[in-house]
Amino acid sequence: MNALDPSVAMVVPEADASGPPVPLLAVESLAVEFRTRSGVVHALEDVSFSVNKGETIGVVGESGSGKSVLFYAVLGILDAAGRISRGRAVFGGLDLTQATAAELEAIRGREAAMIFQNPRVALNPIRKVGHQIEDVLARHTSTPSAQLKKRALEALTAVRIPDPERRYHAYPFELSGGLCQRIMIAIALACTPSLLVADEPTTGLDVTTQAAVMDLIGELARRRNMATVLITHDLGLAAEYCDRIVVMHAGHVVETASTTELFAHPRHPYTAKLIATTPHGTNDLRSLAAIPGNLPDLRRSDLPPCRFSERCDRVEPVCQTSPLARQAFSAGHTVACCRPI
Amino acid sequence: MWQLIGRRALAAIPNVIGIVVVTFVLTRALPGDPAAFYAGPAATQEAVEQIRTKLGLDQPLWRQFIDYLGDLARGDLGLSLSTGQQVLDEILRRLPASLELTLLALLVACVIALPLGILAATRPGSWVDHACRLITTLGVSLPIFFTGLLLAYVFYYLLGVAPPPVGRLDSMFSPPPQWTGFYLIDSLIAGDLALFRAAAAQMVLPVATLAIFVLAPIARMTRAAMLGVLSSDFVRTARASGLSSGTVLYKYAFRNAMLPVVTTMGMVFSFMLGSNVVIEKVFAWPGIGSFAVDALMQSDYAPVQGFVLVMALLFVAINLMIDILYTVIDPRVTIDA
Ligand SMILES: Nc1ncnc2c1ncn2[C@@H]1O[C@H](COP(=O)(O)OP(=O)(O)OP(=O)(O)O)[C@@H](O)[C@H]1O
Ligand SMILES: [Mg+2]
Repeated sequence: MNALDPSVAMVVPEADASGPPVPLLAVESLAVEFRTRSGVVHALEDVSFSVNKGETIGVVGESGSGKSVLFYAVLGILDAAGRISRGRAVFGGLDLTQATAAELEAIRGREAAMIFQNPRVALNPIRKVGHQIEDVLARHTSTPSAQLKKRALEALTAVRIPDPERRYHAYPFELSGGLCQRIMIAIALACTPSLLVADEPTTGLDVTTQAAVMDLIGELARRRNMATVLITHDLGLAAEYCDRIVVMHAGHVVETASTTELFAHPRHPYTAKLIATTPHGTNDLRSLAAIPGNLPDLRRSDLPPCRFSERCDRVEPVCQTSPLARQAFSAGHTVACCRPI
Repeated sequence: MWQLIGRRALAAIPNVIGIVVVTFVLTRALPGDPAAFYAGPAATQEAVEQIRTKLGLDQPLWRQFIDYLGDLARGDLGLSLSTGQQVLDEILRRLPASLELTLLALLVACVIALPLGILAATRPGSWVDHACRLITTLGVSLPIFFTGLLLAYVFYYLLGVAPPPVGRLDSMFSPPPQWTGFYLIDSLIAGDLALFRAAAAQMVLPVATLAIFVLAPIARMTRAAMLGVLSSDFVRTARASGLSSGTVLYKYAFRNAMLPVVTTMGMVFSFMLGSNVVIEKVFAWPGIGSFAVDALMQSDYAPVQGFVLVMALLFVAINLMIDILYTVIDPRVTIDA
């Protein structure tokens, strides 16, 4: 929409035609901890993955596995209690973990945007949605204020909101959950970012609206060649929309593979269990097995190297003692497990 | 909007009627016989009866009430027995003194408490946060008459930097021509800077006393509301959109936090009107609070009734104002809410 806008500097380098493609976002050995009254929460440890331009990846894992925290850390919107203790997150050539607050602010919403679950509470309840879109445009583009409204209406039209002129003046409480999520998407995409992080964007929406929202995100991503990260605990949803999937468990990335590869040959026992619990194709709800046990308490100081070992039925003494080995099986398929399947 | 205001005003009418009835009954139920009081200790039984008839106090209670209502409808709040003045005139003359004090104190309290609460919420655990906690604890634990006396003792008696607590103006000055009844404004209209300074000097201590009293609830509420809003989902969205911290703080967080703060301010203002009675006594302030207390001591019904009525109307007006502010801030408040 504003590809010609000179104020939007492209910090994202074009892929070098000769060498391997430079990933849009490369997270390397990222660790995040939270200081709380009841001790330090080791929310993320040694997290590495990358996102290429225009690619759609899924980040899946149980509730509490650190999916949201991972991207809060990358975008620099962690709570005050949270801190990146190790690692890098290189986005468009800039290490975001070392960037200043101002640099991060300039990137958020312009180059990398994020949308959240529960869209009705994720929008400012007492500000017209049109103005909330304008806030972002005014922040990141040099659109003259007389043009802001026109641009906001265009953003509303782009997410296919019927009757944008009327919706511009609406407050979030006057709109349905699905419409609010479209507004969120409009806000996130107003400045045509090259990366969109969608954190469980369809939680709390009914099934038809879910599909509509997901299709909209997918279509806009394709049309704008925008990389998309879909955070979800629903492996089925990720399988439907994503090229690659990153599986997380208790703050670790346990397996990364292309979607077809992951479903065909899951190597990590946790992934295999997740796939078994996901209703897809022929298996009916009755054959679904729950994954035994719970996530370990991340405040523990004696966390084993493999945080899944206490729930794993393939566990061996080596899993609890030797450092977690990350193995590559084929191109782009890595597993963090001592005894992969 | 106007419809909403009209409705709220209409809804307040039963309250006002109730207040009229209750004050009437209460003042009659008070101990003491005004007729005997005014006749003096040496008066004969006959003289007392004469005064009683003159005041209409020999009539049955319902008769007195109907007369009272009729007077009210004509805007006649009766005569003050102790000063011989029309109560309405007396109240209108004294009301600006009370309001000037209260409004200025509220303004001062807000100017300090709002930034304090915001800073404390944005930097939890910092020295601002601790200062905020200390001030709010002090503010609620010190009784208002104590703060007043303490300030007067320290700044007038010990240090001599404050003028004597003798009311709105030192006797060397005469009041400015009346426009608003607020000396600070009227003196400026008159272009008399010396007078302005004198009036302001008289106000410092009573305003400080009242402001300290109401600072605590406002700062505490601002802090709590800001903390709640700052951890809400929409502030995270605003931050994720890269909005500058100023925009996030003001346009997103503060405006939402204002809602509970405005409610608190309404309550606080009502407290202040009540506390005026004490402050006006301590600082010899010629407001309606001290007027009512004096009248009460002398079983002088009419001023007490008038005072309670005016206060009740003020409360109603404040609530109306809070409602209006709410509709301005929060689109979710609708006319039938
Ligand atoms: N502010 C915080 N203080 C302390 N611990 C936190 C904080 N935020 C997150 N955590 C911890 O970080 C871990 C990961 O949380 P996160 O919200 O990223 O999980 P998630 O995978 O997104 O789960 P969900 O599917 O429920 O959204 C949790 O164990 C949580 O307890
Ligand atoms: Mg989450």
